[in-house]
Amino acid sequence: MACVELKNINKTFGNEEILPCVNLRIEDGEFVVFVGPSGCGKSTMLRLIAGLEDPTGGDIEIDGRVVTEESPKERGVGMVFQSYALYPHMTVYENIAFGLKLGTANKSRIREWVEKTAEVLQLEKLLERKPRELSGGQRQRVAIGRAMAREPKIMLFDEPLSNLDASLRVQMRTEIAKLHDRLQSTMIYVTHDQVEAMTLADKIVVLNRGNVEQVGTPYELYEHPASLFVAGFIGSPRMNLMPGRIAGATGGASTQVEVGGLGTLTMNRTSDGLTPGDAVTVGVRPEHFRLELSGPDRGLEVVNVEYLGNEAYVYIELPAMDELMVVRQPVPCEICPGQRVELGTDADLVHVFDHTGRALPAFTPQPEAAGVAEAANR
Amino acid sequence: MPTASVPARRQSSKVRRQRLRAAWLFLIPMLVVLAAVAGWPLVRTIWFSFTDASFSSISEYGWVGFENYLVYDDGMWFGVLADPAWWQAVWNTLFFTVVSVGAETILGLIIALTLNARFRGRGWVRAAVLIPWAIPTIVSAKMWGWMLHDQFGIINDLLMTLGIIAEPLNWTANADLSMWAVIMVDVWKTTPFMALLALAALQMLPSDCYEAAKVDGINPVRVFFKVTLPLITPALMVAIIFRVLDALRVFDVIYVLTSNSEDTMSMSVYARQQLVQFQDVGYGSAASTVLFMIIALATITYLYLGRKQIGGEA
Amino acid sequence: MNVRLLKKIAGKVGFAVLLLAILLFTVFPFYYAILTSFKSGSELFTVDYWISSFDFANYAAVLGQGSFVKSIWNSVLVSLATVLIAMGFGLTAAYALGRVQFRGRSAVLMIVLGVSMFPQVAVLSGLFEVIRAMNLYNDPLALIFSYTIFTLPFTVWILTTFMRQLPKELEEAAIVDGASPITTLFKVFIPLMWPAMATTGLLAFIAAWNEFLFALTFTLTDDQRTVPVAIALITGGSQHELPWGNLMAASVIVTVPLVVLVLIFQRRIVSGLTAGAVKG
Repeated sequence: MACVELKNINKTFGNEEILPCVNLRIEDGEFVVFVGPSGCGKSTMLRLIAGLEDPTGGDIEIDGRVVTEESPKERGVGMVFQSYALYPHMTVYENIAFGLKLGTANKSRIREWVEKTAEVLQLEKLLERKPRELSGGQRQRVAIGRAMAREPKIMLFDEPLSNLDASLRVQMRTEIAKLHDRLQSTMIYVTHDQVEAMTLADKIVVLNRGNVEQVGTPYELYEHPASLFVAGFIGSPRMNLMPGRIAGATGGASTQVEVGGLGTLTMNRTSDGLTPGDAVTVGVRPEHFRLELSGPDRGLEVVNVEYLGNEAYVYIELPAMDELMVVRQPVPCEICPGQRVELGTDADLVHVFDHTGRALPAFTPQPEAAGVAEAANR
Repeated sequence: MPTASVPARRQSSKVRRQRLRAAWLFLIPMLVVLAAVAGWPLVRTIWFSFTDASFSSISEYGWVGFENYLVYDDGMWFGVLADPAWWQAVWNTLFFTVVSVGAETILGLIIALTLNARFRGRGWVRAAVLIPWAIPTIVSAKMWGWMLHDQFGIINDLLMTLGIIAEPLNWTANADLSMWAVIMVDVWKTTPFMALLALAALQMLPSDCYEAAKVDGINPVRVFFKVTLPLITPALMVAIIFRVLDALRVFDVIYVLTSNSEDTMSMSVYARQQLVQFQDVGYGSAASTVLFMIIALATITYLYLGRKQIGGEA
Repeated sequence: MNVRLLKKIAGKVGFAVLLLAILLFTVFPFYYAILTSFKSGSELFTVDYWISSFDFANYAAVLGQGSFVKSIWNSVLVSLATVLIAMGFGLTAAYALGRVQFRGRSAVLMIVLGVSMFPQVAVLSGLFEVIRAMNLYNDPLALIFSYTIFTLPFTVWILTTFMRQLPKELEEAAIVDGASPITTLFKVFIPLMWPAMATTGLLAFIAAWNEFLFALTFTLTDDQRTVPVAIALITGGSQHELPWGNLMAASVIVTVPLVVLVLIFQRRIVSGLTAGAVKG
């Protein structure tokens, strides 16, 4: 049971700065997922917490104690590796017991621990097998068992499911979630798969080029992405991101944005510091559009319709956008390629990002300004 | 997030320090042993080269400076560097190195290309090719000495049966032939090494460029010179350099096949003859030192050229 | 159509001839040594291409000499001890060189490679002095000591290559489990290195078994010699009276174990040779 804190962590390999300056706090018992594209520094961050990598600058604290120079064992961490990294010449029992044997525990105590671990992970029948005699999922469970045998305060997972096939991945995901419920220990999990991140995490940390883009619950990340990067990274199909322009700012409480092909939207966003004419990016998730067939001379052209069984993706060409716009439609979907449609959306569901990629925060009415905001909001 | 200035470089962690300590602890015994069996004896050899020590009483010697290397005395030059026999040995060694390594490379390539084709029993042929490599040099020299025997040797018999020669040749004693006999034995013994390294290089080649060449209908000989050879050249160069450095210090095969004959004497044979047979440790050490310098120069050149490969990875 | 078929057949025949030539080239001298070893007396002085008689007189004569049998034992002892010593120092050094990043690592690798290039004759007089000082002249122990000059660098070099190939995560798993470098080496790496160690050991064994210059220089009497020296020094009255039958029998005796080892372990040997030499 432990909380972890990274303070001004910097990591540089040679001339390459992997993590410029990271500050992060992970609470006791939390399941935290680091997610981001490959090369964003998420694995490096995990390895720094594990003690397998030394930070170039900054400190790591566990339970308020600086552990920057301590070994993984002293930190009380257990780790599950992407390739499992089981000792090939040892049986499952020996793999799990290896770390325990290096401690001070006596033999019967070790056996007790291993058996308890094996029971939790349903490995009892496999204890005398060698890793090569196990299936991928079983190996993964042994790797988890080895990591948890010493009852670490913090369990670290480095892309543990990426070597498994899709169906097994779903199953193991559930098992890891159950394990967290059961052990209640702090778990830090690295993945590039946003589905894993969304389903497992109490808290997601989105990383991009070594910077923490946003920290939040899956709900917060999906509903209120703090930056253009998070907006584009979380959600599948991707959020539609369209170039827009500030049409009019009415004193900070509401903002009007003009988007080519969509018209002008009025939104409950603060527009402090923005002046009409400024370029912004407008984001709308595929499920937040309404489609209506329009006449042949109006609206936008449907380029393609993908039928997925439970829903359909309608691809629409928007002149201002390089990519096609995606709209999620329920099935049966009566729209066909070549038809023209009119797009509609709810202003509350539209995200606006300024030229630096930051989201314009939603306007929260101050008590004394409430009236003004009401008035401004049409 | 504000980018704070990067703090000063810190001390590495305990794990890192423990690993560094262990690394040196693990290395020191090996380095001590190397110093004892190689470093110190080398220093002593160089030291002896400036003395008049003799093999039977190696602890009693006097300092003679460069006399063993080169000295002008009574209107004559003396020392290793003035000895025509030494220069003959240098020439013999270089000739031997160039010809045998060249022949081994070509033969090795031919064997490697043959073994690179897929056929039944390839494993057995590959094993058979390894046989000469495993046979002790002394034994192969003796075996060939018997085959090359002037009166009862099978090679003379074969050549005479085929009508290539009219009368038996004295391979190992004839001044014109003995070096070729030595080269023959060395080529036989070390071609497998070349063949296997070339084969390993060939098997690491991507097959797609061959398929492309095949589709384009390019002549196989052209493919070899335009595609295969350039691709395996780096690996082949390493093997060649290993062999060159080995050939420069050749001793066994020459000593056993032709003993101390001046026609075939290599630098190593010359130095050992001075050291052991003539008991002149000072003079022999001087010859050894010159040989060492030559090989060191070749090695340094190689290390310099191959530096990236050694220090680069992992 | 016919031309193409003819070309195909010609190609196959050509390939078979090439293969046969290679086999003849590599195997024939050894075969001829075996053939000769079964001949005795005047049979030796007629050239035969096929084994016609099986006369073990030469073998009996060679093995009847106490000194030759002793020299086989010396060779076995010296080679095994040399391999064990090289392995002991080599494995730990290879761990340091293959798995730990430290300043001076490539310098140490250079030294190791440099020593493996040493001409043996260059250390001959220095080593002779050391061996005399240790009172090991004419003692196989002197050979164990001196053979380390070539087996150790070679062992370190090849084992380092193999050590590098082990997955990094395995070592990290051991670190997370709290294993010290020594525990990691002995409990995790060495058990996984058996194939590599077998290869390296075999190559070092062959190198030590075949060594000649040191053995010739540092031993004096028949019963202290190793087999290569014993064979080189088998003599008759003069060059023309060499007992070729005995010589070939002795050669076959010392070579057959090596050839058998090579045939069994050929794959490993090839991987070892390439690990030592081909690096990209």
